[in-house]
Amino acid sequence: MSDQTKIPPKRSFVQTLELDMRLLGMIAAFIIVAVAFNILTGGRFLTPRNIFNLTIQTASVGIMATGMVFVIVTRHIDLSVGAILAACSALMAMTQVRWLPEFLEIGHWAIPWIAIMVGVALGALIGAFNGWLIGYQGIPAFIVTLGGFLIWRNVGWYQTAGQTIGPLDQTFMTFGGINGTLGGPLSWALGLAAIAFVLFAIFKSRHTKATHGFSVKPMWAELTIAGIAVAAIAGFIGVLTNYAVPERVVARDPSRYGCDVAEGCNAVYGLPISVLLLIGIAAVMTVIARRTRFGRYIFATGGNPDAAELSGINTRMLTVKIFALMGALCAIAAVVASARLANHSNDLGTLDELRVIAAAVIGGTALSGGIGTIYGAILGALIMQSLQSGMAMVGVDAPLQNIVVGAVLVFAVFIDIQYRKRVGAK
Amino acid sequence: MAPLVEMKNVSIAFGGVQAVDNVSISLNPGEVVGLLGHNGAGKSTLIKMLSGAYKMDSGEIWINGKKVQINSPRDARDNAIETIYQTLALADNLDAASNLFLGRELTNAMGFVDDDRMEAETRKIMARLNPNFKKLKEPVSALSGGQRQSVAIARAVYFNAKILIMDEPTAALGVHETAMVAELIQELKKQGLGIFLISHDTREMMELCDRVAVMKNGQMVGAERVEDVTEDDILSMIILGKNPKAAA
Repeated sequence: MSDQTKIPPKRSFVQTLELDMRLLGMIAAFIIVAVAFNILTGGRFLTPRNIFNLTIQTASVGIMATGMVFVIVTRHIDLSVGAILAACSALMAMTQVRWLPEFLEIGHWAIPWIAIMVGVALGALIGAFNGWLIGYQGIPAFIVTLGGFLIWRNVGWYQTAGQTIGPLDQTFMTFGGINGTLGGPLSWALGLAAIAFVLFAIFKSRHTKATHGFSVKPMWAELTIAGIAVAAIAGFIGVLTNYAVPERVVARDPSRYGCDVAEGCNAVYGLPISVLLLIGIAAVMTVIARRTRFGRYIFATGGNPDAAELSGINTRMLTVKIFALMGALCAIAAVVASARLANHSNDLGTLDELRVIAAAVIGGTALSGGIGTIYGAILGALIMQSLQSGMAMVGVDAPLQNIVVGAVLVFAVFIDIQYRKRVGAK
Repeated sequence: MAPLVEMKNVSIAFGGVQAVDNVSISLNPGEVVGLLGHNGAGKSTLIKMLSGAYKMDSGEIWINGKKVQINSPRDARDNAIETIYQTLALADNLDAASNLFLGRELTNAMGFVDDDRMEAETRKIMARLNPNFKKLKEPVSALSGGQRQSVAIARAVYFNAKILIMDEPTAALGVHETAMVAELIQELKKQGLGIFLISHDTREMMELCDRVAVMKNGQMVGAERVEDVTEDDILSMIILGKNPKAAA
């Protein structure tokens, strides 16, 4: 106890806030990218409309990237996520467009939910099978999922006979983005709930630490963090609720936006359901990573697989669970991706495996295992998407776009390695 | 009274190599038994069957006069057997508390891992074992060899091990830290724990152990009380694979 009553050594501003330097670096990178494109596009990049589009374009890759963090943290890789996404999307499309309407009338409330359940089950099953091959049969993840990369997209192709399947169910399509948003009041209600929760969590944690007699941050540091969090949430909701629904869209169906006539109807889009889904999944995955035994075992296994096994952790079963979770997330991403396009086509999610891996890696997940965060992966996905759509808006040639994205990926990992050397971490 | 541990006629083979061949060994409460032998003599392999890392081909393990099945590290833990490995089985990327409780995390009422409570418990036990230990928030990769070893030992002590296996516990340590481990072994012995100690250092073993058992080529050469043998006797057992006491 005596050591805690001593005067703590002088610490820098950032240390006192106990912020993650890598997170700050990524946020800074993101801000630089956003501001640069905003200047280059003459202010078109940071408009509510473009930010709204960026978030819905990030949702599908972001959802999968959260799962990829667990896969890479345990020193595996999954090259089959895009293919699993296509297979799940194909099954869900066939279920809701071809098979279920034979028993239920088209538009029946149960159709989208049955389709989603079937799709998530398929994704989890494919993932569990991959995990079994890797964990119990000892086939390297690279090989198993490289095989899966070739297999699953083409299983989907067989299922649909190569046709584009659509139009998808109306309710199902609300998961796609623009067709399913919460509108102004509901977005703000959720934002306020999130703010209340963040404040509660910060001060509950402070209280618990004090009860155990640990040293806590000074109150001003706690308030600064809380202030930043509140401003970020309010700013995000504020931007999304500033994107007005165009009058001609309202005119198609004024009642959907709570108006009798299109004239003078000030409807806004607000938070897209797909983005809400991404945020919810990110929250759940963060809780899994930090506060559950499953998450603790994932990181322990990534840090030292032998130690994990000797500690009584069933690392083989852990591998099955991680890949099953990855598969289920691919299926959820498939809902978002196919709903956004209003139908299933066979090339859905092509090259997504690379985007997802890049997002996780740019977000600070180390391929050597044991290190990675969920928020980092989502920020990584957001940075990638910003680069891509920003360059498209500026009018950069297609080959140059890919060259830049590739270079950024390598550069981000280079910076990360330099940073770790500097601070002496692994 | 039955011995704390009895391994009877234990054998294991890897491919065509008989790593441990029909070995029997016992351990009493409050006793330190040293295992000596060349590299590849089968010491670590023998002990890994007790700690659940390997599954034996044949033989029996008796604990407190009862026959038990040990098929996994978890089974070993259920029998109050804790192991401190030569390679320090710690997850480098996690902090001391996460390592101490790895596989046995404390959880709150909702089933979530309770990091604050684990950190508090870790502070308590570390205050007892190694009062200089302060780096509770950092990953154990940032710790010195001795500090890492105290995390591994804290794990055994915290969970009330009755049987402790130490595989070269001082191999990575400095002089001061080695003395600390020796002191701790005496302390645990007083508390009635039985300890298997593996080391290459014959002199150290003569000081720490009550009995030494020598292995060669997977077989038990002999187990003798340290006061009955000289260092030379032990060396000849290690090198020649013959027990001078038995021959005499």
